[in-house]
Amino acid sequence: MLTRKDFEGRERPTWCPGCGNYGILNAIKMALVEHQIAPHEIFIVSGIGCGSKLPLYMKVTGYHTLHGRPVAIATGARLANHGLRVMVVHGDGDGYGEGLSHFLNAARRNVRIVDLVQDNRIYGLTRGQYSPTSEYGKRTPTSPEGALEQPVQPLALAIAAGATFVARGYSGELQHLAWLIGEALEHPGYALIDVLQPCVTFNRGYAYEFYNQRVYKLEDEPGYDPSDRTAAWERSYEWGERIPIGIIYRGSPLPTYEEQVPALKSGPLVARALEKLTTAQIDALLEELA
Amino acid sequence: MNPHNLTIRIGGEAGMGLESSGAGFARALTRGGLYAFGVADYYSRIRGGHNFFSIRVSPQPLYSHAEPVHLLLALDLETIVRHIDSVVEGGAVVYDARETLPEHLRRSDVTFFPVPLTALAREQGGSEVMRNTLAFGIAAGLIGFDHRYLESVIRDNFSRKGQAVVDANLRVSELGMQTGHTLQADFPFRMEAIPDAPRRLILSGTEAFALGALAGGCRFVAGYPMTPGSPVLQWFAAHASEYGVVTKHAEDEIAAINMAIGAAYVGARALVPTSGGGFSLMVEALGLAGITEVPVVIYNAQRPGPSTGMATRTEQADLLFMIHASQGEFPRFVLAPGTIEECFEAGWRSFNLAEHYQTPVLVLSDHYLATSYRTVDVEALDFAGVTIDRGALLTRTELDALDEPYRRYRITPSGISPRTVPGHPNAVWVSDSSEHNEYGAGDEDAANRTAQVDKRARKVIGAEKDLPQPSRFGPPKARVTFLCWGSTYGPLRETVERLNAEQPGSADMLHFSGLYPFPKAATEAALAQAQRLIAVEGNETGQFETLLRCCTGRSVDGAIHKYDGRPFSPEYILNNLAGKV
Repeated sequence: MLTRKDFEGRERPTWCPGCGNYGILNAIKMALVEHQIAPHEIFIVSGIGCGSKLPLYMKVTGYHTLHGRPVAIATGARLANHGLRVMVVHGDGDGYGEGLSHFLNAARRNVRIVDLVQDNRIYGLTRGQYSPTSEYGKRTPTSPEGALEQPVQPLALAIAAGATFVARGYSGELQHLAWLIGEALEHPGYALIDVLQPCVTFNRGYAYEFYNQRVYKLEDEPGYDPSDRTAAWERSYEWGERIPIGIIYRGSPLPTYEEQVPALKSGPLVARALEKLTTAQIDALLEELA
Repeated sequence: MNPHNLTIRIGGEAGMGLESSGAGFARALTRGGLYAFGVADYYSRIRGGHNFFSIRVSPQPLYSHAEPVHLLLALDLETIVRHIDSVVEGGAVVYDARETLPEHLRRSDVTFFPVPLTALAREQGGSEVMRNTLAFGIAAGLIGFDHRYLESVIRDNFSRKGQAVVDANLRVSELGMQTGHTLQADFPFRMEAIPDAPRRLILSGTEAFALGALAGGCRFVAGYPMTPGSPVLQWFAAHASEYGVVTKHAEDEIAAINMAIGAAYVGARALVPTSGGGFSLMVEALGLAGITEVPVVIYNAQRPGPSTGMATRTEQADLLFMIHASQGEFPRFVLAPGTIEECFEAGWRSFNLAEHYQTPVLVLSDHYLATSYRTVDVEALDFAGVTIDRGALLTRTELDALDEPYRRYRITPSGISPRTVPGHPNAVWVSDSSEHNEYGAGDEDAANRTAQVDKRARKVIGAEKDLPQPSRFGPPKARVTFLCWGSTYGPLRETVERLNAEQPGSADMLHFSGLYPFPKAATEAALAQAQRLIAVEGNETGQFETLLRCCTGRSVDGAIHKYDGRPFSPEYILNNLAGKV
């Protein structure tokens, strides 16, 4: 029986006191305990940014990689070993800026990956520049006159790209976030969890106070049906006095990419012994060239 | 007349199917017991422009194409305009009788055969696309080749299009053969089939490398289409189901290499085929593989750069880029096979190097080597010589017995840390792309940084012994020693042969297929007695010369550089030797 203790890392987090990443780290551990997934049964790939240091602060099999690329690395890992659960943890700059194309392609590709984006709407590690999800007009060191771009809409983008599991969590709602991560882990296909995450140092306008007053849970919303894509589309844009969290969209599962690859029908690629070609195989290959 | 070899060139517009029919003809020659060398010259467009395909054929093995043309098959007048000067004395031009041949294109020492190519293809085949089948039939008739080999290739190539297409092509080819026979009196060159020759193969560098990689256990291939690298991805895609390989045409080259790194991290032998532009995009991830010690193989079929350069042409100008790409320092291997045999070997050896030394391996080919076809004896693809060495990979038993936290980057005397892949309860670790300690966790401590850099560097001390060694060709104590790398092997080898045929003992050559870590000791030994060094390489700045000077202090006495996008030929090298020998 796994417990939280089984996931305790050797390193202590270097995040600022009050950082939303603590909640996310705890929620991931809670979900893994709840679903009894051992540290060696899950591969957590992270990018670069404050939040991407997360796997280093727990006991898990993981890979702290490049800015913007963890989804691609996770895709390769999953295709080579679909016996392994694969999760990506990275920030909004990583996922929706540098890695935007990988995000959209992963959603339409439907490789079974949980893609958790720590969305604090700011660049923290590089000290406060505006991010893809920063609001229009946001003044930061790289946008002193105010950001001139409309923010990325990750939930709507994921739905448009064909994702069948699109959720939003909030790092201040620990139990709820752990539940969402668990649901995403059990979803057969690509699953996005955009996590609202206060950055108490560089984005004080979006601190706990802001979110605590606005977030509401879709599960508590009478009549909300997450399988209704049109309704999901509308909620994905809802941002103001009320901000929805929960499963925005859960469509009928589509076949995952990996279950459609002929070479993977007989099991994970890496589970097969690496052997030399047989004489019959060599003969067949040479026949093509004669 | 039975020349030692002859060249048949077919020219026309893109979209006329020159390359596939040319490759088919080369295959027929191979089946007929002859050695063929086929090379395409085309523009980066789907229709129009001027394309040509040259097939050199000989009863003896060939390593290169050659410039002189014995028979020119002109599907349009442009072909005659561009190539009439390459036709040898006594050679011939077959052209479409519907064209009016301008007088200024005629040469009195060349025979012109007007044949109603379009009309006959339409009448007998039902489509003018069969002009090339007709033209090659005529060629076979003119040189006295046996039609049954053409027939067998036509059956193999067109059977999936249905019996009607096979029959139409056979009719047209047969008609061409008869036409060629009737014209034979005015064409002096013959190349008859050798019926009892052993079975041989004809293949491109692309196929040789892919076969070697598959034989070496490559099971994951990710790429993004870019000429001339993507044919390797396509080859694997075509063989993926049969041989249990996952291939992924990714959204871009950055995704491709990162997917391969992810696959290699969890234990698959992973390959990324690309060309220089794609490799440029992959450089950051190359460093990731370097610092986190992930074995990944990158294949770069070079084309002229920078930027888009010339998409369908050849160059050897990425050598120093491949050696130096990435910020920071980490070990890597660079291989540059020069022949079909070496492409095959690089295919499997690159994975052994990558896994044994836990570092990226870069294989440099180029458009010429990747796309030209060469007949080889079956033994050229040495499947029996393939080994699969996974290096220090912990076994399940070893992992079961592990009684301390796993140290992925353990400091060892060799620098090689026993590797494992995710999935075992005793091997739970996180690899950090930041500088890390033995456990994989980020650690900026000065002593740790130095120890880890030293550990990585130590892995490849003396590792050049595991690379293909410089190979010498030619007589001992030659007065001139040529130096080359990669695809220049073939044209230069023939150059050396011709020079020694004229003046015995005049030249030899040293070819480099293993380039980095540079084989310093072997090179110094090989060049100790060399008198005059001439480098021959396909770039402007002399990148190999720079490498040689950096690593050995030895400078060359002369150089021939080529960067017009066209491959070296023996004639080009010989013509540019003036003042250098």
